[in-house]
Amino acid sequence: MSNQGVSGHAPTGFQYFLYKTWKSLKTPMPYLAFAGIGLWLLTYFLLNEYWKIFPFFKIPGPVEVITEWLSRDPIWGTSLFTEDYYINIWVSCRRVIIGFALATVLGVPLGLFMGWSKKFKDYTFPVLETLRPIPILAWVPLAIVMFSGFETPIIYLATLASFFVTALNTMLGVESIDESYFRAAGCLGSKKRHVFINVVVPGSLPFIFTGLQISIGVAWFSLVAAEMISGDYGLGYMIMASYMVNKYTTMVMAMLTLGLVGWITSAMVRAAGNRMMRWRAKALGQGGV
Amino acid sequence: MADAPDMMQVNNVSKAFGEDWEREMVIENLSLKIRRNQLTAIVGPSGCGKSTVVNLLAGFEKPDSGQILLDGRPVTGPSKDTLVVFQETALMPWLTTYQNVTFGPKLRGDIPRDQLKEAADSIIETVGLKEFRDKYPLQLSGGMQRRAELARALINQPLVMIMDEPFRGLDAMTRQLMQEFYMRLCEQEARTNVFVTSELEEAIILADSLVVLSNRPATVREVVQIDLPRPRNLEMLSSSQAYEYKRHAMEMLHEEALKSFKGVGSSSDFLESYSRRP
Ligand SMILES: Nc1ncnc2c1ncn2[C@@H]1O[C@H](COP(=O)(O)OP(=O)(O)OP(=O)(O)O)[C@@H](O)[C@H]1O
Ligand SMILES: [Mg+2]
Repeated sequence: MSNQGVSGHAPTGFQYFLYKTWKSLKTPMPYLAFAGIGLWLLTYFLLNEYWKIFPFFKIPGPVEVITEWLSRDPIWGTSLFTEDYYINIWVSCRRVIIGFALATVLGVPLGLFMGWSKKFKDYTFPVLETLRPIPILAWVPLAIVMFSGFETPIIYLATLASFFVTALNTMLGVESIDESYFRAAGCLGSKKRHVFINVVVPGSLPFIFTGLQISIGVAWFSLVAAEMISGDYGLGYMIMASYMVNKYTTMVMAMLTLGLVGWITSAMVRAAGNRMMRWRAKALGQGGV
Repeated sequence: MADAPDMMQVNNVSKAFGEDWEREMVIENLSLKIRRNQLTAIVGPSGCGKSTVVNLLAGFEKPDSGQILLDGRPVTGPSKDTLVVFQETALMPWLTTYQNVTFGPKLRGDIPRDQLKEAADSIIETVGLKEFRDKYPLQLSGGMQRRAELARALINQPLVMIMDEPFRGLDAMTRQLMQEFYMRLCEQEARTNVFVTSELEEAIILADSLVVLSNRPATVREVVQIDLPRPRNLEMLSSSQAYEYKRHAMEMLHEEALKSFKGVGSSSDFLESYSRRP
């Protein structure tokens, strides 16, 4: 909303992204972010590699990890230039995407109906509330018994964990919609299904996307837990496997990779949310990530 | 005007809220006529049940006893014929002004597409929001939101337009502008309006007939015909005729307001001195 009064055409797609990026460079945000990361790396370096303080010296330091990460000929066998690094990232990403997508496709409609229909909620909510508090790790044995191989149980666990979050948030989202919107829709002559599409769905979007951001984090969390217990590939497996054979440098590298990839995925969810809720993002005057 | 039957009739309506053991009468034996093509203003002490009356008229709530007729037929539920402009803005925040205005007709499908666009644009222009046609409610000021909401209601051509303190919360300046604007609107085209407010002056300057409600449980204390000449303007409020209406209604309202403090002792002293103010 920089060009007030002037009805210039709004940038779209990639142009919009560039515009937002350019604008964000004029705010302190990116510089603070870099400063924060720099400070963290410096502390890590000082504790670990410079002063070598207990217990930090027991783990690989930042210089060591970054050198290894960027090395064409890594000491421990994995870096940005080896294929298995990307295979692990890709395998984990694929699992998270499938799990997250399944959870969204199932959880959002379920939550919408639970919030919308008292009767439906009375049927389903007790079951959901009983299953939801069971920690995802407690589902691991069951998943292994139910499904063969590595892929299906891991995806199952990721789906399950994020499904609960999504369904619950969506339901709360519907319940948070102000009664006056329903009344307004009612006297404008909406039938029930119209109200569902035109009030319930858009009205709960803010909660749904809050839920989705949490849910993709939960998907990563349970995925990695599952991969660490039983896996063949993936970042969780990479962490566990390198730990087993004392490749701590590779282990830390995998952890940091996980963090970065996780950040990117939730930023993507956030961006999608802001895109779908322009009415809100605009009002708040902020543009994502 | 008087020969046509009344647009709405409220016959002996009562309404209570609360659990069985603490049931509280909010409306008791309320009877009221809404005249065709007139603006009926309803005033009453704060919390007396004005919004409840609106909810009953609009069909959001059912009366416990009594009957509400619209054009001779009982009101069964919300419909576009008893359209409400709410106390708090109820524009859908996810729709632009234009989308909000076309919301009702689009869903009902009772205005052909090409006509709808024309009708909507013309109504948006009438309320002075042409440049804000494609903005979202949160990008509009309070006064603009009220006008957008008026446009959203007007396009549906309801039999009765019910307004529940539509200008509450606007600053004095904007409020006056809105009152003038609304006055014009009512005078240009014959409409049946119910206008609920807690501002006596606003009620007097807009109304053809003024309904003064009693304190809770609300019932009709008196109906005053306001015979100020049309077209009106805000200056008429300082005429002796308007002053007389105001003094009379104020007296009743103060009496009613005092009832909520009966037996409270110290606070009733305070209120008595308050009510003696000019
Ligand atoms: N759904 C409800 N359930 C229980 N009590 C209610 C309900 N709606 C209204 N009431 C009660 O009815 C009374 C009248 O409320 P109402 O909102 O109609 O008053 P009002 O005259 O519009 O007040 P205000 O001037 O603040 O707008 C209040 O005491 C309120 O507590
Ligand atoms: Mg009210």
